[in-house]
Amino acid sequence: MRLGWQSILATLALSACAGKAPPPAATAGGAPTEIVAAPSDPWPSQYKPYPGVTTVIRGATIYDGAGRKYAPGMVRIENGKVAEIGGSVAIPTGATVIDAPGQYVTAGIIDIHSHLGAYATPGVEAHSDGNEATSPARPEVWAEHSVWPQDPGFSRAIAGGITALHVLPGSANLFGGRGTTLKPVYARSVQEMKFPGAPYSLKMACGENPKRVYGAKNQMPQTRMGNIAYARQAWADAAGYKRRWDDYTRRAKAGTAKPTDAPRRELAGDTLMGVLSGDILVQNHCYRADEMANVIAMSHEFGYKVTAFHHAVESYKIADMLKAEGICSAMWADWYGFKMESFDGIRENIALVDNAGACAIVHSDDANGIQRLNQEAAKAMAAGRRMGMALAPEHVWTWLAINPARGLGIDKRTGSLEVGKAADLVLWNADPLSVQGRAMKVWIDGALMYDWGDPKRRATSDFELGQPGVGEPK
Amino acid sequence: MKRLSFLVAQIATTLLAAPVPAATIAITGGTVLTGVGEESIAGGTVIIRDGRIVAVGAGLPVPAGATIIDARGKTVTPGIIAGMSDLGIDEVGGVRETNDSGARTAPWSAALDLSTAINGNSVHIPVGRMGGVTRAVVGPGAESDIFGGQGVVITLAQGADPVMRPRAFQFVELGENGAGLAGGSRPAAWASLTSALAEAARYAANPAGYDRGLSRDSLAKAPDIAALVPVLRGTMPLVVHAERASDIVQVLGLKARYPALRPILIGAREAWLVADRIAAAGVPVITLSLFDLPDDFETLASSRSNVGLLQAAGVTVAMGLFGGDSAAQPRNLPYFAGNAVAQAAVPGATGLTRGQALATITANPARIFGLTDLGTLSVGKRGDVVIWDGDPLDVTGAPIAVLIDGVAQPMRSRQTDLAERYKSLGRSDLPLQYPR
Repeated sequence: MRLGWQSILATLALSACAGKAPPPAATAGGAPTEIVAAPSDPWPSQYKPYPGVTTVIRGATIYDGAGRKYAPGMVRIENGKVAEIGGSVAIPTGATVIDAPGQYVTAGIIDIHSHLGAYATPGVEAHSDGNEATSPARPEVWAEHSVWPQDPGFSRAIAGGITALHVLPGSANLFGGRGTTLKPVYARSVQEMKFPGAPYSLKMACGENPKRVYGAKNQMPQTRMGNIAYARQAWADAAGYKRRWDDYTRRAKAGTAKPTDAPRRELAGDTLMGVLSGDILVQNHCYRADEMANVIAMSHEFGYKVTAFHHAVESYKIADMLKAEGICSAMWADWYGFKMESFDGIRENIALVDNAGACAIVHSDDANGIQRLNQEAAKAMAAGRRMGMALAPEHVWTWLAINPARGLGIDKRTGSLEVGKAADLVLWNADPLSVQGRAMKVWIDGALMYDWGDPKRRATSDFELGQPGVGEPK
Repeated sequence: MKRLSFLVAQIATTLLAAPVPAATIAITGGTVLTGVGEESIAGGTVIIRDGRIVAVGAGLPVPAGATIIDARGKTVTPGIIAGMSDLGIDEVGGVRETNDSGARTAPWSAALDLSTAINGNSVHIPVGRMGGVTRAVVGPGAESDIFGGQGVVITLAQGADPVMRPRAFQFVELGENGAGLAGGSRPAAWASLTSALAEAARYAANPAGYDRGLSRDSLAKAPDIAALVPVLRGTMPLVVHAERASDIVQVLGLKARYPALRPILIGAREAWLVADRIAAAGVPVITLSLFDLPDDFETLASSRSNVGLLQAAGVTVAMGLFGGDSAAQPRNLPYFAGNAVAQAAVPGATGLTRGQALATITANPARIFGLTDLGTLSVGKRGDVVIWDGDPLDVTGAPIAVLIDGVAQPMRSRQTDLAERYKSLGRSDLPLQYPR
């Protein structure tokens, strides 16, 4: 049980309309004492699943996303959930049945590192909304407030089998702001795209980017030591902020504090306090092994946890340490060499991390890459096999499904085709761990949101209407 | 007769400084994709003598004394030719001093000769070579002016002089980039282009009488203008970056005004909208198969069917990398080719056949750049051969042997050294940085 400030707030928020004052709490002394607090989820998800029909897919090879394979297998989705999966499932009267011999069914792909919407296409300056590069620490900004729900990239992502994605701020800052998990389902507001109940993340960055951006402005951080010092001070300040709130809350509950005693609310402090309370997950951009080790040491010093290192091109050098710490690595299959800190990237990275027993995730950080994360996983699988690792395809699919779901704190709801979880799944025409595999149909919460053969089931963003090429299969 | 059980790779790891070509090599038993049409020879033999292919076919007798490479169960293809890349000119993209791809503040443009920058010891060359890339077109970026200078064709052979053909083409930016470089509009870019070509004609008529134009702000510097004379005469192709359909049409119009000009389009994401006109003009295209986002206002119609539709219209298409990762990722060219094949399965979309796809990374770049003795496994061609452990057009297949001019190449790179060093993290008597 967690007794931090955030969980108290969460309880209050559940019983109150967000934005309104929470109801007064009765105290032992009889006099009501209002605990002034920030709502923990003031911009909640307004996503509503679209309607689906009971559907059975049979005859396909199934990778369930949690490491299991059914070949051939059957899966039934019903009321937005996985209702049954195995070698054989019941077919209710009236169910839509899809015969898929030679085809593949997988758990939907989850991209833990995207900037869709925040760096929308077309990539003009007016769409550059990913880096609030005005201070090395901007934990108060939220990537979702930069998201343009009409980014054409969302339609391409779902066509690549994506059923959830995490949109992060960029890496110019040591503290880039909050990241948010979305569904690639077009809507009129970003709140209608938010994955219900998904925790926020805090995007952090180490290495070249922050020191380059701020060094060029002749301000701190200008060096790697500056990066760490600046971040440590921010954590020390956040610990003080949390103490003030914890102290106030304790006194308010005891009836010895007035509402006006509440500390000043600081949005930046809210985010960092959420990390220290364990409610907000740290997604940390970091390339080099030695720098990841420094970040781990910093997390120990201040009592927080890094959920995942992103890019992590040198995770293979410290895979044992990452396993011991329980930290995921979100990686590309083969990007390397484009900057000094990416110089040691190797194609075996993902497989070596996995082989060490650490959590491996394939991520994109790219509006093109997100469309083919399955092929990136296949590259990594092939590299690992050449090193002698067995790497079954159903295990490889965990890099795309349950592992990123864990890294985003949504693994109880999605990330694998297990009974009771969301019907987030993809039907592929051929082996998705090859170049030939293309998504034919994609279901999100049981609703068929993409169908390669049905123009009525292929979304077009507002931006593309009336433009050359609109409506063509991409 | 010597028999090398698998394979050349083993010899190669000894990293001979200058591998000596075996006089005669026979690659036997593999599935040979020659790069000519859809040709696939089961149980095929490729015989190389003194660096050239002398025979290709099924059931050929192996010449006495030949070194045999057993390719049973493997696939054999021509060496991959990167239709464009930054190989040898860009070591670490973000480290400016290691990157010779552009020269923003240089007084020169068309005169820049990229062959002076080629570094045969780049770590990306062995990485590309292990991916099956045996030759690469290397192109400059235009940063000082709409002209980027003269590109080069290189060999990736270990220990060889990398520059195969210096001054192989001129590069020019039109479209959005060209507009920016020329002062802010497309008309400015076109004025720069047509003015420079007019100056080149004037220079060609009387080189000795041409003003040197060497003041820094001169519109026409003699070395830049002189470099454009072969472009005007058609002895040097002009690679033109244009994406938007309207820009492409403008480029095609150049041929009416300068009949000898040999434009090659690069980028060309909206080319499918005007594919017939490109085909009629006989202009080839260098692009990639996976562009499908409206990344800019000049690429709104980007489609993964672009390559297939161009091919269907009769345009010669090659794959090439330009922009980021162009030094590090030529090894991914087969991935782009394979995805072009996969595109054919999508209802309403257009892709390539396997033969067509292989040609976009072998025969077609050779044809576009006039590399007449490269690009296919045919008699008389150079002995650039790759032997794959799986499907060469899939991400899971990889080369197990690469021959360039009949010489087996080392299958080792800085990346394999790193993987080897860190494959086991157990603590030993000395740090990992000592030999084990």
